[in-house]
Amino acid sequence: MTVTTVAEATAVPDANEVAAGAPSRFSPSRLFSDYGGLIGIAVLAVVLLVWAPSSLSTFRLGNLGKYCTWAIAGVGIGLAWGRGGMLVMGQGVFFGLGSYAMAMHLKLESAGAGNVPDFMVLYGDGTMPRWWEPFRSGPFTLFAIVALPAVVSFLLGYAILKRRVKGAYFAILTQALTVAFATLLIATIKQTGGFNGLNTFSTFFGQNLYDPDVKKDLYLITAGLLILFLVVVWQLYRSRYGELLVATRDAEERIRFLGYDPANIKLVAFVVAAVMASVGGAMFAPIAGIISPSNVDATASIMLVAGVALGGRASLLGPALGAIAVGFGQSSLSEQFPTQWTYFQGALFIVVVLLLPGGITSLSSRLKAVLPRRKVAV
Amino acid sequence: MTLSFVGEDYLEVRDLAVDFDGFKAISEVNVTFLQGRLHFLIGPNGAGKTTLVDALTGLVRGTGEAMFRQHDLLQMKSHEIVRLGVGRTFQTATVFEQLSVLQNLDIAAGLHRSAGRLLLARRRVPESVQQALETIGLTALAHRPAGILAHGQKQWLEVGMLLVQDAKVMFLDETVAGMSAQEREETGELLRRIVGDRTIVVIEHDMEFMRTYADYVTVMHGGRMLAEGTVAEIQADPQVQSVYLGTVTEVALDG
Ligand SMILES: Nc1ncnc2c1ncn2[C@@H]1O[C@H](COP(=O)(O)OP(=O)(O)OP(=O)(O)O)[C@@H](O)[C@H]1O
Ligand SMILES: [Mg+2]
Repeated sequence: MTVTTVAEATAVPDANEVAAGAPSRFSPSRLFSDYGGLIGIAVLAVVLLVWAPSSLSTFRLGNLGKYCTWAIAGVGIGLAWGRGGMLVMGQGVFFGLGSYAMAMHLKLESAGAGNVPDFMVLYGDGTMPRWWEPFRSGPFTLFAIVALPAVVSFLLGYAILKRRVKGAYFAILTQALTVAFATLLIATIKQTGGFNGLNTFSTFFGQNLYDPDVKKDLYLITAGLLILFLVVVWQLYRSRYGELLVATRDAEERIRFLGYDPANIKLVAFVVAAVMASVGGAMFAPIAGIISPSNVDATASIMLVAGVALGGRASLLGPALGAIAVGFGQSSLSEQFPTQWTYFQGALFIVVVLLLPGGITSLSSRLKAVLPRRKVAV
Repeated sequence: MTLSFVGEDYLEVRDLAVDFDGFKAISEVNVTFLQGRLHFLIGPNGAGKTTLVDALTGLVRGTGEAMFRQHDLLQMKSHEIVRLGVGRTFQTATVFEQLSVLQNLDIAAGLHRSAGRLLLARRRVPESVQQALETIGLTALAHRPAGILAHGQKQWLEVGMLLVQDAKVMFLDETVAGMSAQEREETGELLRRIVGDRTIVVIEHDMEFMRTYADYVTVMHGGRMLAEGTVAEIQADPQVQSVYLGTVTEVALDG
């Protein structure tokens, strides 16, 4: 008797399964779940790009734009943490690289050609560090917003992941980096504006930042980028790389014996997540009108992760929706309870991670799993 | 030893030793795994069989030399060894339970794929995956999650994953342990079918299975090589007999 016959005998007939020899394609249900994600993104696109601009005031639209910048960073965290198993607690660093790069350009744009930013006159001797100079150029700034986090995260990720640092150690290490980053910013008031950060920008690539239409455009760019990045991770998740990343998360050692170096697989996700955080940060500066160490420090990094945890780190839309929800909660609650909000946010992170690891988006499938069982019990 | 088995792709292990913080798990291991045969590696619990495979696949550090295709495996990382064509399974099945049988095979087949193609979704089942599915007899279960497979089927899936990796040397660590008599027979036939020009090293405790399918046998005991030869030769070996009867182990070691 051959192996084949036994396997066939134990097989459960299933309409979705291909028969041996038939053209081998993936089952319709799988295809649907693939494109189901795209439908979800489309719905979100309509809400963010059509409904919101026509219904919300400029002020509220600006707030939503700010949440969208966090959501962009959140999409990257979903990739690195949800799918890659790397609890990135230091995304503030990359958010900061992008936002400071953009803010430097806006500062120089406001100062005008040949002039130095106002705070350098105020706190320093009125001379500008040479590494500021290239940021006068818009194209260079845009390039730096992508290249800077890519290079930094590649070097950091290479050093950390090749040494097989993972789990809590990885989280602590990345958190320490963001603490160091914020500390460095505060200590360099003459170069980076220190504790106050960079603020009072008047124009954005030549457009008047006080003009409501320009504000709306800023929002639309941000929401558009969010949708774009969601499509990017949608493709990543359905690709072979996405499967490999999840397999690496679940059984890193096993992956080695399939001929892959898990460090390389995780490195890709880490770098992509860093670039996304940076792009989010770059849009944050002009929308919020300020970037300071408190927007990129450990607390800010935890807020990003908390939103992703709340929404569902491994799901497609969860990280973005969670980040927007936490942003909304911060704006509305922090006005009434400014100090308590931070504690609430920390508690939220812990509760979600402990009690609902799949986040809000996993609630429906969880309920589905529980409900029929109840019926049986009755 | 039968000369007809000599091939070009062989794995030659010289003076291999593995030291766990002073405890010599294996030492002075000299063995050549030749192409085209089912080479059984037997020995009592703790003999060092798994440790030998661990050392040859980069999981633990060993000293000595293990040459395959002009590369010393002992100097290489696990994933490089796999890419060179040396694969293994583990004592406990380690398939990706949430992924389908097909996805498991497809992931294993991926090491020959370019980085760019990794970013695309799978459109059709690759030829090698389809073939492997048929060889291991899991075609009908291709879209089922690997987690629902029976124990034996998981082990076959692991063998299938080695097939799509195109492993020229396969180390199978107690693949038939826990299988029914029927499944063992099927596994034995499967191995005979796929061996071709490969080198298949089977770690096994079941003597009946070994007698039926082994082309060549190496016996380990206490971290050392005790004997090697055909089934008939090692069965006639008094040292091997004493080890397996559980008596005079000291004498066996000294010999
Ligand atoms: N990581 C380790 N650290 C310390 N000692 C180890 C380690 N791995 C194995 N050993 C020891 O090395 C010896 C050989 O173990 P190994 O697992 O290779 O035996 P085996 O022949 O595969 O046995 P079994 O048939 O039970 O699987 C045993 O004494 C074991 O306790
Ligand atoms: Mg063993």
